[in-house]
Amino acid sequence: MPFEILEHEADAGVRGIGRTIEEAFSEGARGMFSLMVELERVSPKEEIELTCRADSLETLFVAWLGELLLKRDLTGMVFSKFAVQISREGDGYHLRGRAWGEPLNPEKHGAKVEVKAATYAGLKLERAGEEYRVQCVVDL
Amino acid sequence: MVNLELKKINDYLWELPQQGEMRVPGRIYGDQRIIDHLLKESGAAKEFNALLQVHNVATLPGIVKASLAMPDIHPGYGFPIGGVAAFDPKDGGVIAMGGIGFDINCGVRTLRVPLKRHDIEARKEELADRLFREIPAGLGSTGELKLSMKEIDQVLMQGAEFALARGYGFPEDLEYTEERGRIAGCDPGTVSNQAKERQFKQVGTLGSGNHYLEVQFVEEIYDEVAARAYGLEKDQVLVAIHCGSRALGHQIGQDYLQELERASKKYGIPIRERELVCAPIESPEGERYISAVNCGINCAFANRQTLAHLVRKVFAAVFGLKPEEIKLLYDVGHNTAKFEVHEVDGSRKRLLVHRKGSTRAFGPGREENPPRYRDVGHPIFIGGTMGTSSYIMRGTEKGLKETFGSGIHGAGREMSREKAKKQFRGEQLREELKRQGIIVRGHSMAGLAEEAPGAYKDIEIVAAAAHNSGINQKVAKVRPMIVVKG
Repeated sequence: MPFEILEHEADAGVRGIGRTIEEAFSEGARGMFSLMVELERVSPKEEIELTCRADSLETLFVAWLGELLLKRDLTGMVFSKFAVQISREGDGYHLRGRAWGEPLNPEKHGAKVEVKAATYAGLKLERAGEEYRVQCVVDL
Repeated sequence: MVNLELKKINDYLWELPQQGEMRVPGRIYGDQRIIDHLLKESGAAKEFNALLQVHNVATLPGIVKASLAMPDIHPGYGFPIGGVAAFDPKDGGVIAMGGIGFDINCGVRTLRVPLKRHDIEARKEELADRLFREIPAGLGSTGELKLSMKEIDQVLMQGAEFALARGYGFPEDLEYTEERGRIAGCDPGTVSNQAKERQFKQVGTLGSGNHYLEVQFVEEIYDEVAARAYGLEKDQVLVAIHCGSRALGHQIGQDYLQELERASKKYGIPIRERELVCAPIESPEGERYISAVNCGINCAFANRQTLAHLVRKVFAAVFGLKPEEIKLLYDVGHNTAKFEVHEVDGSRKRLLVHRKGSTRAFGPGREENPPRYRDVGHPIFIGGTMGTSSYIMRGTEKGLKETFGSGIHGAGREMSREKAKKQFRGEQLREELKRQGIIVRGHSMAGLAEEAPGAYKDIEIVAAAAHNSGINQKVAKVRPMIVVKG
């Protein structure tokens, strides 16, 4: 599985795994939305775009997840497919992301728990062999 | 390598001795079972370790007396849940995000309904259906109020008063709300527009996860004097609302992570865990964040004020009561940082007290308490699980001396949500609780499974440890009859 949910007594951790950092970020987002809905029931019908920036790649991951939660609340949508482009910008990093999904229908999508925020707890980006792994705890 | 061995002070208090970079010792309240569980978890070198978090908090600048943990301690982010720490602004003290969390001023508001258990027993299903329909809860739910940018700013500045002005509740409610439902020192300009936009439709929503609305009855009274002051009798019906500042608080947290990370670097504050990002209280960054937190605190008050009124309307409709007959017992938060005056080593100091998953529990004598509760201290609400009792407790003089007047807030999880989902089934749980006379309505069956009573510590152990340690005192035990979950 390209994303994993990590055990945490109060909340949950999400870990995205990919051949590139971008892919790991996308998988991490899938992990986060898998806590809220049944991913396979969310059709990637509508596309939204977003950008964010941060001082490091690790904190960029948290900013990316946070931005997706913001979009969830502002658009009333949930997402199941993601694409990410990361570039250097000054001393930090810039992310341009796209997310595909549809307006939340709690019954159709099997709504679960609401993720409140992405946190710096357990935040890590590492390379293991051929793959990148990025993770953090999300607040439920 | 940090040595996490604990020294027993007495049967209900343990110390993590000051060592290395710790500026103060760690002090953990709990009985042998709670401590054994804590040591087992930290011994297993788990990635998220509450004891190590007690240690890390103790390394922050300006911390006073001790890094404290209440008996409901479990791993949080940065701070442990159940963590309490006070910082002295005049000694380089900081405001740390981990000590507040993302659900700013999450708390419990409890209403006293002029009905007895037997009055509602036969109509529980009807009442549950009505509450479930009228109280917006669960992922993506929206409230009755749809606000503009200008109105959101009013929510942030006026707190419960905003809801009151819109017809939600009665002026008397303010007297029984912490801070009278409106904390000062909030500049809406310190909250981003996106945080405000996220909240446009979320005032008056319950949320999900461990948030709940419960109809309860008083099962047992332990402290007659306090119970009388609180107007509690055996079999009395109560309604408890557990929720916080919703999306606004979440976004404030998200927005300030980066700002506080930069501040930690700028002021050369060594942080042992990234989630402990912080800023000196007396710095522009610290002042901005404190103001934003205060805005979040007010938003949570407005939210619970609104929800309480929806509950009143349902009871009025089902039982022919007047809404004003349903009184507010108290409203108190458990994710906050507040300026308070406490006595430290013989002198009175103004400190910023962080309580992460810990309830302020001001015992007798504190002037912040409503006049009616002044002699006994205000009530605190200890949420159990949907299948077990909850407790109404109060603060004590000992608590004021030892814990800056703090207490427990809930049973505290023992099992991760992932494990709980594998072990329990929502539908099955609902049926089982029904057999025990507890009607559960939830928007998500998976969400119910995560909140299974078996995933939490035994509330009896946690409440007894707080009571026996002397920092909190049991007043009454309450049992759920109806539980509404997001």
